[in-house]
Amino acid sequence: MAVAAFSTASLRAQTTTNVPAATTTNAAPATTNAPLPAATVEQRLESVEAYFSNGDPTAPLKDTNGNITVTSPIMSSLSNSLGSTYTYPGAGHNAWLLTSTALVLFMTLPGLALFYGGLVRKKNVLSVLAQCFLITGLVTILYIICGYGMIFGGAGGAAAMKLDWIYGVVGNPKVCWMFANVTSAPNPGYSYWVSENVYAMFQMMFAIITPALIVGSIAERMKIKAILVFMTLWMFVVYFTQGHMVWGVNGIMNGCWNADAKIHGLDFAGGTVVHMTSGWSGLVLCIILGKRLGFGKENFTPHSIVLTYIGASMLWVGWYGFNSGSAVAADIIAANAFTTTTIATAVGSFVWPMWEWIVKGKPSVLGFCSGAVAGLVLITPACGYVLPSGAIWIGIAAGTIPWFFCYKVKGWLGMDDALDAWSVHGIGGMCGAIMTGMLARNAANPNLATFLSNPKLPKVYVTDSWFQPQLWEQLKTVGVTLVLVIVGTIVCAFITKVLVGLRVSEEVEMTGLDTTEHGEEGYHS
Amino acid sequence: MKKIEAIIKPFKLEEVKDALSEIGIEGMTVSEVKGFGRQKGHTEIYRGSEYTVDFLPKIKIELVIADGQKDAAVAAIVKAAKTGKIGDGKVFVSVVEDAIRIRTEEKGDSAV
Repeated sequence: MAVAAFSTASLRAQTTTNVPAATTTNAAPATTNAPLPAATVEQRLESVEAYFSNGDPTAPLKDTNGNITVTSPIMSSLSNSLGSTYTYPGAGHNAWLLTSTALVLFMTLPGLALFYGGLVRKKNVLSVLAQCFLITGLVTILYIICGYGMIFGGAGGAAAMKLDWIYGVVGNPKVCWMFANVTSAPNPGYSYWVSENVYAMFQMMFAIITPALIVGSIAERMKIKAILVFMTLWMFVVYFTQGHMVWGVNGIMNGCWNADAKIHGLDFAGGTVVHMTSGWSGLVLCIILGKRLGFGKENFTPHSIVLTYIGASMLWVGWYGFNSGSAVAADIIAANAFTTTTIATAVGSFVWPMWEWIVKGKPSVLGFCSGAVAGLVLITPACGYVLPSGAIWIGIAAGTIPWFFCYKVKGWLGMDDALDAWSVHGIGGMCGAIMTGMLARNAANPNLATFLSNPKLPKVYVTDSWFQPQLWEQLKTVGVTLVLVIVGTIVCAFITKVLVGLRVSEEVEMTGLDTTEHGEEGYHS
Repeated sequence: MKKIEAIIKPFKLEEVKDALSEIGIEGMTVSEVKGFGRQKGHTEIYRGSEYTVDFLPKIKIELVIADGQKDAAVAAIVKAAKTGKIGDGKVFVSVVEDAIRIRTEEKGDSAV
């Protein structure tokens, strides 16, 4: 999700002497009682122009100390979670994020639900649907209570940043506790033109789909009670932490937003935050849980590739909100992200079945679907940073590497990753994050130059070459992510096991989870 | 009275029904079943997992007829259902003790 808020236009606005003639007669930022003078037409125009470049509309209204010294119709009376009033949200940018939020929800309900639902046996189809919906409600509650603040609270100004439990790593649940002060005013820490509540809801959909992806690894054998407990723990230990490190304004791995980041990682829409965390957690969990009864001997064919196809198609459409919406604006970066997403996904959906055709003799529908999803996964961290040409390479890798992991590596390792969450999301997310380091180009995103070519930094990270220094930053990011996810998941799994147990009984597993855990049947013949 | 049970390939159902109709047999019960004999199953591949599906879909036709019609019925079924390839199916004939038409409570040959 990294953002385009520091556009060149806003930097220009800050360097010109934009303290207008009118205010000099009223001298200093004087008494709070004296009403501020009206902004000049030029100032107001500059604020409006910032809408197009996704720049800061308040920049033309500020003095060199950064205080707003004039009034303008663009200022609303609503304050944001920083405690200050701000401008009205920008209609187009807000509209795109409103749409994107709905699209990302659509990815989970019913996109992922159907994609996964079709892949399990008939007797377990409802358990997948139930788990997706349960996670939606559960994560919403956790996020509203303190999740939003723990991930993004660093934007609450310098004061809030100091409240981090571990600075730049673990946020503080008291920041934005119970969603306090999150209003329709933008929070310029994350976006100049999108309402903070819209941004928070948008991000919440990411928080929802991430644990839902884990369901793919543990399908058909985990207790619903265990899922409830495990996911609650996991959100705090893994997701809120990873999110804060990579996307928080003061996050230590937020390379394209935090000039003081320790690791200058790039993750546009969640290759590490969403896919690596869920995929590698899935791996750890499926090993701890053990294989399904009859694995390798019985027939575990998907009960409806038709449902899977419908789900995969919905995922593609919804993912435009996920990727392009992560520009947090309807701007040039969103446009590029939309383009690269389309290219990588389409190429991935083509390459995967081609490998099947070559090696197995038949291109399968599941291959088309998996190739598309793999393409979407790999382009996720890269979409706002690479060019269309880069997206082609990413699509080819997506149709090849996750395919190989599903087709061969999974068999070598022998674990029961039921729906291949690790091969597609864990490995795919990791490859995407690494390729972002190789394919990020300055021409794709002006923020790369601002943050990663900053004179404060020891070197230029994005030099527009395949083995640029950014690649090393991505490897470091991936490494930290892996440690957090693997250790975090092991801890959460064992706590859950002690509290409620993890796996259903043999009898329940044989009968199927739908009738035993949910009291319902998916189909009545 | 005799009962005929025939397991046939699903796409042959219409032909068999028409063939029986031509010799005056209009009623039957049909069910979708799975089975195998000498015909092998097929392999399905889902991502990295290969499954051999042994059971093949078949259609089972059951009819109860008067003794006199038995030979004609069996011949009609066999002729219509045959493709000459493995998996064509089988016909079984057994004796039926009684038959009752529910609506009129007729018994015996007049019930079939």
